[in-house]
Amino acid sequence: MEQNWVYTEKVKEHFMHPKNVLKEGEDFQADGEGSVGNVKCGDQMNMYIKVDSKKQVITDCRWRTYGCASAIASTSVLSEMIKGMSLRQALVLSPQDIMKKLGSLPEHKIHCSVLGDKALRAAVNDYYERNGMVDKIKKEEAKIICQCMNITDEEIAHAVLEGARSYYELQERTKLGTVCGQCRGEAEKLLAEYLKKYFE
Amino acid sequence: MKKQKIYLDHNATTPLHPEVKKAMHQAMDAFGNPSSLHGFGREVAQLVLQARQEVASLLGAKADEIIFAGSGSEANNTVLNMVACSSQHCCSFKKDGQTKIVTTKIEHPCVLESARCLRDRGVEVIFLDVDGYGKVDMVQFEKVVVPGVSIVSVMMANNEIGTIQDIKMMSQLAHKAGAFFHTDAVQAVGKIPVDVKELDVDFLTLSGHKIYGPKGIAALYSRKGIPFCPFIRGGHQELGRRAGTENTLGIIGLGKAIEMRKKEMVSEAKRLKQLKKILQEGIAQKIPDIRFNGHPEDCLAGTLNVSFKGAEGEAILLYLDMEGLAVSTGSACASGSLDPSHVLLSTGISAELAHGSIRMSLGRSTTLVEITYVLDVLPRVIDKVRKMSTAY
Repeated sequence: MEQNWVYTEKVKEHFMHPKNVLKEGEDFQADGEGSVGNVKCGDQMNMYIKVDSKKQVITDCRWRTYGCASAIASTSVLSEMIKGMSLRQALVLSPQDIMKKLGSLPEHKIHCSVLGDKALRAAVNDYYERNGMVDKIKKEEAKIICQCMNITDEEIAHAVLEGARSYYELQERTKLGTVCGQCRGEAEKLLAEYLKKYFE
Repeated sequence: MKKQKIYLDHNATTPLHPEVKKAMHQAMDAFGNPSSLHGFGREVAQLVLQARQEVASLLGAKADEIIFAGSGSEANNTVLNMVACSSQHCCSFKKDGQTKIVTTKIEHPCVLESARCLRDRGVEVIFLDVDGYGKVDMVQFEKVVVPGVSIVSVMMANNEIGTIQDIKMMSQLAHKAGAFFHTDAVQAVGKIPVDVKELDVDFLTLSGHKIYGPKGIAALYSRKGIPFCPFIRGGHQELGRRAGTENTLGIIGLGKAIEMRKKEMVSEAKRLKQLKKILQEGIAQKIPDIRFNGHPEDCLAGTLNVSFKGAEGEAILLYLDMEGLAVSTGSACASGSLDPSHVLLSTGISAELAHGSIRMSLGRSTTLVEITYVLDVLPRVIDKVRKMSTAY
């Protein structure tokens, strides 16, 4: 039954033996914490990091994840990647970096690893906030693209991750551009950008 | 306990019954086309007729009321699409120039998608609500099933939660309103008694591979004398109701599967009910914060659907798979879509509990030893998933 698993060996390994999970009752004094996602949507991640304040480097981390195998595996692999990483590097870590480490993920599972890098950024930002370094916080502000339907670039990215490959499919999923249609140019540009970012 | 390979996904599909395998093997060389007049054809035509009679007799129907189709989905698509036919020659589903379908929110996607497509083509479609156990809201049913409705389609037993509907009551109300009645009985036939006369239905769908028959074969009962509009045209096969050279081996396998269900159904249902009780009580005793989904009594004997708080279904499924245990889940993660099970959400449970649901469907091969193994493995897996979870 183990043959022909839906995921790569690496995903399987991390899923079966997840590293750095925050254990029950474990006293982990985190310098920064981040939580992203929503149980209602099927995945949520909490990331806890310890930081060497002199070097501005992540020395240790723990996590908790509510989600599927790829969400668990990508958080686990991420937790291995970030030990010893500078905060600056951590802020720009991309989903592709996680995916590269995992081998690959099925297309409809890529959004799980997107949550991982977001949880990490949230934890780093939390560290900055706790230490009065608010100027370093990298804000993730969603920008409204479709004014009529109130659809943001974040929602477009999400739709792409969930399988939208054409402007029409993007419209089907988000209802963007279905009123005045003025955002089409910008939406198509973003679509191409996200397709390149996540799938090339 | 030693690691085992346990199949608890009989609602997804079943292995071939040994007798079915034997019958198909024996028929393997009977390659003739049943439409041919020569001996090769006549030999196979006879086998196909026997299978048709077998299916008919289980349902209390006549052989010429049974049409073989390629799948339950095809049979269901056939029925729903009939109402969109506007030909005056073959169909009479229009009422005062209108067509209207009533179905439920918990149907199989092949019914839901067909209904939605018809809605896009101008047919009025009403999707009925269900209660917390998955039973159709009868107050709403009576309100919407009124003269003017062309057809009502309600599944007899739900594939995900096992809830069995009161089909007879619904078909009679539908007929009173002048509507035809179809039931998707893919999960019901061979598991509970299904008699088309007793249920008073006009159309009924069943499928081979859910009852230890082969895949790629299903049957559609259509009451004699009512309109019929073929979905696949261009041949005289199946009394002109389904074109295409018959899947003769599949039909022979289905016939044998039905024959075996007649012999085994009652005793197996009794056995499965007992095993499910042990499984359900064991889970309730060993694992906190759970919820059983589906109707407590009107439920398929072998179907158990349970939600675990704070644990995501796909993760549970894959950890169980590693332990050799095959189940299914209503989690969105497993389906490739954004939303968890439409059936579970329709019963009013939260998205979180729907994501955390596992369906175990028992069958012929299920033993007490297996159930004991499940009760050993499942609590450990749930504990492992919950310990990693943000939500427990």
